[in-house]
Order: sequence, then structure tokens, then C-alpha cells
Amino acid sequence: MAAISREEVAHLARLSRLAVTEEELDTFAGQLDVILQAVAQVGEVAAADIPPTSHSVPLTNIFREDVVTPCLTPQEVLSGAPDAEDQRFRVPRILSEDVAS
Amino acid sequence: MTTTLPAYDEVVARYEPVIGLETHVELGTNTKMFCGCPTDFGGEPNTRVCPVCLGLPGSLPVANKAAIEAIIRIGLALNCSIAEWCRFARKNYFYPDMPKNFQISQYDEPICVDGYLDVEVGGETVRIEIERVHLEEDTGKTLHVGGATGRIHGATESLVDYNRAGIPLVEIVTKPITGTGALAPDVARAYVAELRDVIRTLGVSDVRMEEGSLRCDVNTSLNLPGAEWGTRTETKNVNSLRSVERAVRSEMLRQASVLDAGGRITQETRHFHEDTGDTTPGRSKETATDYRYFPEPDLVPIAPDPAWVAELKAALPELPRVHRRRLQQQWGLSDLDMQSVLNAGAVELIEATVAAGTTPAAARKWWLGELSRRANESGVELADIGATPTQVAELQGLVDAGKLNDKMARTVLEGVVDGEGSPTEIMTSRGLEVVSDTGALTAAVDEAIAANPGIADKIRSGKVAAAGALVGAVMKTTRGQADAKTVRELILERLGVQG
Repeated sequence: MAAISREEVAHLARLSRLAVTEEELDTFAGQLDVILQAVAQVGEVAAADIPPTSHSVPLTNIFREDVVTPCLTPQEVLSGAPDAEDQRFRVPRILSEDVAS
Repeated sequence: MTTTLPAYDEVVARYEPVIGLETHVELGTNTKMFCGCPTDFGGEPNTRVCPVCLGLPGSLPVANKAAIEAIIRIGLALNCSIAEWCRFARKNYFYPDMPKNFQISQYDEPICVDGYLDVEVGGETVRIEIERVHLEEDTGKTLHVGGATGRIHGATESLVDYNRAGIPLVEIVTKPITGTGALAPDVARAYVAELRDVIRTLGVSDVRMEEGSLRCDVNTSLNLPGAEWGTRTETKNVNSLRSVERAVRSEMLRQASVLDAGGRITQETRHFHEDTGDTTPGRSKETATDYRYFPEPDLVPIAPDPAWVAELKAALPELPRVHRRRLQQQWGLSDLDMQSVLNAGAVELIEATVAAGTTPAAARKWWLGELSRRANESGVELADIGATPTQVAELQGLVDAGKLNDKMARTVLEGVVDGEGSPTEIMTSRGLEVVSDTGALTAAVDEAIAANPGIADKIRSGKVAAAGALVGAVMKTTRGQADAKTVRELILERLGVQG
């Protein structure tokens, strides 16, 4: 059985606002499936005494002091922006009112 | 929509409300959560950003130690357990308020869990259970242009300023609060007020609702007694304590009218409107939540050293509830009197006035009397009335020194509230000062006696109560600028009668 369905790929593409054609859905579903199967094999090898991990190095508590460092200039900030207005990034209108936090 | 809403009393007789609150607090650290950009309010657009908070390729976030310390202190003050080990998570979504297309937050491993906060409502203590307290980064500010009202609907484009993006934000989530019945709106307000006071006491945020450093989302549902909980709605944009109360109340009324008509509540986000006091629907939650959380690979886990946590706990300041109890004792107030001080939002104001040298009784008189009345009339919080504790102390000082009588002090206080200056300045500019020059006062008394021989005779014959009429006459000629008690004594003295 495939590790990821064509519908799941289509759903992820929608969430990421990626336009994906029907043919591409087939291609990506196949490619992603290969990747996921490979990862699943690693999961099979890991024994019960190996805890799941999200980080490759066993570090914790890397903090920085609360000290101000220089910022970019607004010109630098906006230099990579496709469009700007009033020193702000200008983006196309957003239909769904989705905000974090 | 013009549906007739049911009466509140009927709603709480038929339904039981369940509420829940999510509060966001911007921390007052010098720098952002994961980079060294400054956090101060205001500033030209996009002047407080760097590659990290812009999410530029190759940049790496590093957690701000002061923010970690602040959230642990908040968790401890809210009686939470502090996680021994936890991680940040990526919350992925498509919206330009974060340049990275994700927000660094915490998901299933919040740093503080299972706490509580006791709040006083109508003389009773209500324990609000805290589900979790976690750390995340604030979003940028989007400005919608092209639409009619500056709102997102109808806007043709959005302009984004990332100065706020990345400021440390603490989210405090309560467990569902049940069994509060008709008091649900008051409980919600009391909780947010107490939380605000706790966080202010900790000194980790300025918690100003009007500037958005404390923001509140209110969940509300209704169910029939004994039945399962109803479907909840989440009301956003609740920007004052009064709005918290109104938002719960208006949502209870709205949901009751839907349920009464046999309808069902849609699980959705609603927006509170300050002007009308009601809510309108926003995004429907049923289709929108797929944030694909996963552990943040660019940040290592946090494992607070238990010794550090114990140290922070030992160093917590006296919390508002304990502090209030101590003040009540010092001020010699009954529970009822203390309650009226609390309801007026006057604790800190009275405390500061007392610290400036006024007696507790006098400080309480001004803040709960004249100033509360003015605040009510103008619809502002007492703390924003325009008079400061120092000014009130100065005013009382003038009264104590015999320079102002009570009536004149009220007039001067009006001037202070209206921004005319300090009490002493207003006293001078308005020519208000008790006539203490005995010569001038004696002349006025003699004049009153001469003009009212009949009354003077009555007093001489022992009807001391008749002196009131002469006191009135003297007050009139001195345009109220005399001390009534002194005048009375002077009249009796001039007429050779024992008071």
C-alpha cells in the first residue's frame, strides 16, 4: 500500500497554495511515496529502546542574552520584495481570514 | 440582523454556559524571541527586522533567555508544573503576517501545564484551572487597502509591517470553566483582570490591552442543564476588560436565541465590535485548522534546570491576591469595603496615594467618590481618569493644611481631571483658598451679625442652632472660601455664647 495517497498530496498542495496539475499529482505522489517508504524502513530498524528524536545532536538550552543587535535598513528589508508601498511589503489580497496565535 | 434577543435572566434560567479564555501576552523583553531586534512599541514600518525574523534562507533562530525565564515565572505564579523537557513546534499556515509562512510556537509540549488562578467574584473565590502556558512569536501587522473599511473583506491588497513579527508572545489557556451560571461574564472579566495584575506584578509585560500587549479570545457555549456541552464559538478582538464581560454576555444571548429557535451553533471564530457590543461571524473553524505542526528543527529542546526553576520560584514577588489581603488589613477595611475598592479598580491608586502621604481613609474617599463618579460619567477606567495618586495626595495635603475646604477641594479636583494643572496651581489660578486671615473673616462675621439682628438675638438667648443661618451668610460673602467650622466658632465667640 502506498504511504501517501494522491488525495493527500492534493490536500498538501492546496494548503501550500501550489498549483499542481493532474499529471503532477501522479508524479509527486509516486516520488513522495518512495521517500516515505525509505523513512519507514528506518522506523522498522529502530528498536523499542530507541526513543523518537527530532534533533540529530543531543543539545538542550541554547539561549542568547536579551541584548539588542543591529537591524537591516528598510531598503535592505524590502530589496527582495516583489512589491512594496509605504515601506511595507505589498501582497495580493488574502481571501481567508486566517491568523496565527 | 435584527433578531429580538431573549432576556439575560431567562437565558441563564434555561441554559448553562461554559466559557474558556485564551490570553496572549507580549513580553516586555528588550529583544525579539529568536533574534536581537528591539521590541519597543511604535517605530517606522520594517525598521526592526533582520534576516532571522524575516525568515531569510540560512538564518537561524536562537531562543531569548529572558523570555524563557519570564514564561517560567508566569507559569510558577499560575501554580503550573514546569516541563522538565519541551520543544518548540512549527505551525504552518498560509497568511503573510509571518514572512516564513509558519509561526514558531509550542504544540503538544508546552513549557507550563496544569495550574490555576483564584479570582474573586462577588465576594466568592472562583478557581480558574489553567490548561497550559506556552511561548510563541507574535505576528506582523497587516494593513488592508482597497476595501471600504480597512477590513480584509473587499480589500484588494495588504501591506505588511514585520516590526512586531517575532516578539515573544505567551499564550495562557484556561480549562473549560463550568458552573458559573449567570456570573459567567463577571468571572471572565475577573479572570483577565487578575491575570493582568499577576503579570504586571511579575514585571514581564506592560499588559496594556489598548496597545495590544494583552489580547484575549473568549470561548463560549451553552447547554441545557445536565446535557453535554454545546458547540463553542471563539470571539476575537476583545480589547478591554469591559469588552471581555460584554463579549461573553452578548454571545450567550445570541446563542440562546439560535437554540431557542431550534437552530444549531456553528463552531466558528466571531469578531467582537466595541461600538455595538455584539459579535459577527468570521472564519469557520471546521475547514481551516490543518497547521501540520512538527518539532522545530532549528531550535534545540528546552530543559529548564530544576535548581533554576526553584530559584525563580523562591524569588517570585508577593502576588496580587496576597498583596490585597495585606492592604485590606493595613487599611482596616471590611470585606465589603475592600470589594468596592476592587470593583472600582482603585487598589493600586489608593496604595500609591497612601504612599504619597495621605491617610487610607482620605485616599479611598477621593478615589471611590468624586473620581469614580467622573470615570463612570466619561466611561473610562479609573486609572485613566487624568488625576494621579500624587495629585490626589497633594490635594488632601491642602485640605489638611486648612487651605481648602471640602467643597473647594472638589472644585480643584475637577480642574485636575480636566487637565488644568496641579492642585496648587489650580487653587492659585482659580483664586480658591480658605480665608484664614482672621481679620477678614471677623469682619465678615460682624457684618453678618449686624445684618441679621433677630438671628443674633436668638443665638444670644441660647438657640445655638440658629447660627447656621449666619454661617451661610458668611460663606456667601466669602464666596464659599471659608472653613464653615471656623466661621461657626467665630460667630459664637463674637456673640459671647459657648458652643
